[in-house]
Amino acid sequence: MNVVVAKTETGRALSDAFAVARERLPGKGAIAEQRRQAFEAYERAGLPHRRIEDWKYTDLRALMREVLPLAPAPDAAALTRAATAAKSVAIAGARRVVLVDGVFAPSLSDLAGLDKGLNIRSLREVLEGADTALAAEALTSDAANPMIALNGAMATDGVVVDIVEGTVLSQPIQIVHIASAQAPAAMFTRSLVRLGRDTVATLVESYAAADGAKAYQAHDGLVVSIGDNARLDHVRVVEDALDAFNISSANVSLGAHAHFNTFGLTSGASVSRYQLTIAFAGQGSKVETNGVNLLNGKQHADTTLFMDHAVPHCDSREIFRAVVDDRAHSVFQGRIIVRPDAQKTDAKMMTRALLLSDEAEADNKPELEIFADDVTCGHGATTGALDESLLFYLRARGLPEKDAQALLIQAFVGEAIEQIASDELREFAILTAQRWLEARA
Amino acid sequence: MSLLEVKDLKVRVEEREILHGLTLTVNPGEVHAIMGPNGSGKSTLSHVIAGKPGYEVTDGQILFRGEDLLEMAPEERAAKGVFLAFQYPVEIPGVATMNFLRTALNAQRKARGEDEYSTPDFLKKVREVAKSLNIPQDMLKRGVNVGFSGGEKKRNEVLQMALFEPAVCILDEMDSGLDIDALRIAADGVNALRTPDRAMVVITHYQRLLNYIVPDVVHVMSKGRVVKSGGKELALELEESGYAQFEDAA
Repeated sequence: MNVVVAKTETGRALSDAFAVARERLPGKGAIAEQRRQAFEAYERAGLPHRRIEDWKYTDLRALMREVLPLAPAPDAAALTRAATAAKSVAIAGARRVVLVDGVFAPSLSDLAGLDKGLNIRSLREVLEGADTALAAEALTSDAANPMIALNGAMATDGVVVDIVEGTVLSQPIQIVHIASAQAPAAMFTRSLVRLGRDTVATLVESYAAADGAKAYQAHDGLVVSIGDNARLDHVRVVEDALDAFNISSANVSLGAHAHFNTFGLTSGASVSRYQLTIAFAGQGSKVETNGVNLLNGKQHADTTLFMDHAVPHCDSREIFRAVVDDRAHSVFQGRIIVRPDAQKTDAKMMTRALLLSDEAEADNKPELEIFADDVTCGHGATTGALDESLLFYLRARGLPEKDAQALLIQAFVGEAIEQIASDELREFAILTAQRWLEARA
Repeated sequence: MSLLEVKDLKVRVEEREILHGLTLTVNPGEVHAIMGPNGSGKSTLSHVIAGKPGYEVTDGQILFRGEDLLEMAPEERAAKGVFLAFQYPVEIPGVATMNFLRTALNAQRKARGEDEYSTPDFLKKVREVAKSLNIPQDMLKRGVNVGFSGGEKKRNEVLQMALFEPAVCILDEMDSGLDIDALRIAADGVNALRTPDRAMVVITHYQRLLNYIVPDVVHVMSKGRVVKSGGKELALELEESGYAQFEDAA
C-alpha cells in the first residue's frame, strides 16, 4: 500500500475548501486543533471505497465521488422554505429543534419553557463557550473512520442536549435537519445528547428537504451517553430528497442498568449510510436496535451496526427489515463483538429483506465475534420475494394485487415497527411506511 | 340461467394436461359434490375457478351468471361472488384477522359499487358470525390463521364465507386434517349458509363429509374428467366399491 497518497483533484479541492471553511467553523485553540487533526485523518484515507471491508457494499468514491463545498448559511427565504418542510415532518407534541443547511435556526425551534433539568444549546454556542471539555466531547472523532473524522472536522452546528440526573422529560425532543440550499452543497452537523442517571427521554431525528433543495449532502453525527439506570427511546427517519446523500453516524454508550431503544426508517436519499456504534460500559443494560428500509428507483441505503459488549449481563436485540423495489440496493452490516469479560451476554440479530423486483439487491452481513464462553448469541438472515401463495389468498378474498402486496409489506416491516415503545411514535412510523406504500401504488 | 357453467375445460400445468375437457353445470340453491381419487384434478378445478396463477387454460370456458370468469382477476371473481374455501388456508403473520376481514370485505363492496362498512357495523357483523361458529374473539385479534389448529383454520374459512355472502362456494377438501368434532362444527356452519340462491361445490376424497353436508348431485372425477354423475346415493356406492371401477372408464 502506498504510504504517500497522491491527492486527487477532488481531494485537493476539499483541502482548499477546508482551509476556506475554517473561518466559518466555530471553536478556537484546542477545538480548532482537534478539527485540524480530524481533517488530516480524513485526508489520509479519503473517501472510503469498496476495497475497505466496511465499505465494500457502499463505495463512496463511486457513489458520491466528491465532498461538496459547505452550504451557505440560510437566508430569510431559505428559512421560510425550511419552515414548511419542518412542519411536514413535525411530530405532534414534540419539542422541535431545527437545523437548516447545517445551521441552528432559533426562529423555527421551540426552546421556550424547557422542563426543569433539561438544557438545550446549539453546538456553536458550546464550541465558542468556556467548557472546553464539553466542546471536545461534542466533536469526538474516530481516526479509523474517515466519514466520522470529516464530520468532526467540518461540523458547523448542531444541538447539545443535557438532561440532568433524575429528570423525566414530558415530551420528545425532535431534531429536524432541513436542507434548503438551491445549489449542490454539503452540510455538516454534530449533536451531543447526554442523559444523566435515572433520566428518561425520547429523541427523534428527522431529515428532509425544503422545496428546491438540489443534490445536497447531509453529513451528520450524533454522540449519546446514557447514564446509569437511564432510558432513551430514539427514532430516526430519513426522508431526504431522492437526489441527496445522507452520511450519518451515531455513537452511543450506556452506563449500568440503562436502556436504549432505537428505531430507524429510511425511505429517502439517493445514497445513505448510517453507522451506529453502541458500547455497553456498565452491567445489566439492554439495547433494542430496529430498522426498516423502504427503497425504490436506484436508491442505495446502508445501515452498519457495531454492537460492543464489553461488560457482563447485557442484552441486545436487532430486528432489521428491508423492502427493496426496482433497482434499489439495501445493505445491512451487523457486527456484534462479545469481549472476554462480557459473560452472560444475550445478543440476537435478525435481518430480513424483501425483494420486489428482479433487479433489486439486498446484502446482509451479520458478524459475530465471541470471546466469552458463557453467552447466548444468535443471528439469522433471509432474503426473498413476496410469497405467491399469500398473495393469491388475499386476492381470492377480493384484495386488488397492489393492496394485497401493501398488506403483506406492512406485515413484513411491522415486526420491526412494533418494537417502538411509544404509541405515538409507533403510529408515526406506521404512517410514514403507509405513505411510501401509497406512493408506490 | 345457470350460476356456474364449466364447459369442456382443458387445463395444463407446466406442459402437462390435468383437465381434459371437464363439463359441470351448477344452478342456484344446488349443492354439488365432486369426488375422486388423488390426482384426478379436483383441486385444479377449484384453483382455476378461483383464478390461481400457474394454470394454463387451453380450451373451454367457465361462465359465472353468463360472464366469462377466465377473463377476470381473482379479486374480480371474489367481488362477483365466487368464493374458494382453501384446502390449506395460509398463515399470514403480522396481518391481524380482523383487519384482513374488514379490508377484504370493503374491497369487495367497493368493487361492486357498494358503501364500505363502518367499523361498528362491521364489528357487530363479525361478532355475530364468529359466535355462531364458536370462534373466540381472541382468535380474530391474532395474525390470519397464525397458530390456528386445522379445525380453527377451516372455521375461519367458513367465517369468511358467512361474511362475504358469495353466490357460489367452492369447498376444497374441507375435511382434510379435521377430526370428527371439528368437521361437524365446520359442516354445521356451511349448512347454515345454504339458501335457495346460493350454490356450493363440495370437493372431497371421502364420503364422510357428505354425511354432514348432504349434496343434491354427486360427480365422480377421474383423470381430469367427470366420469359419472348421480344423486347422493352415488357417494354411498363409491364408499362401498371405491374408485377403481372408474379408473378404466376415464
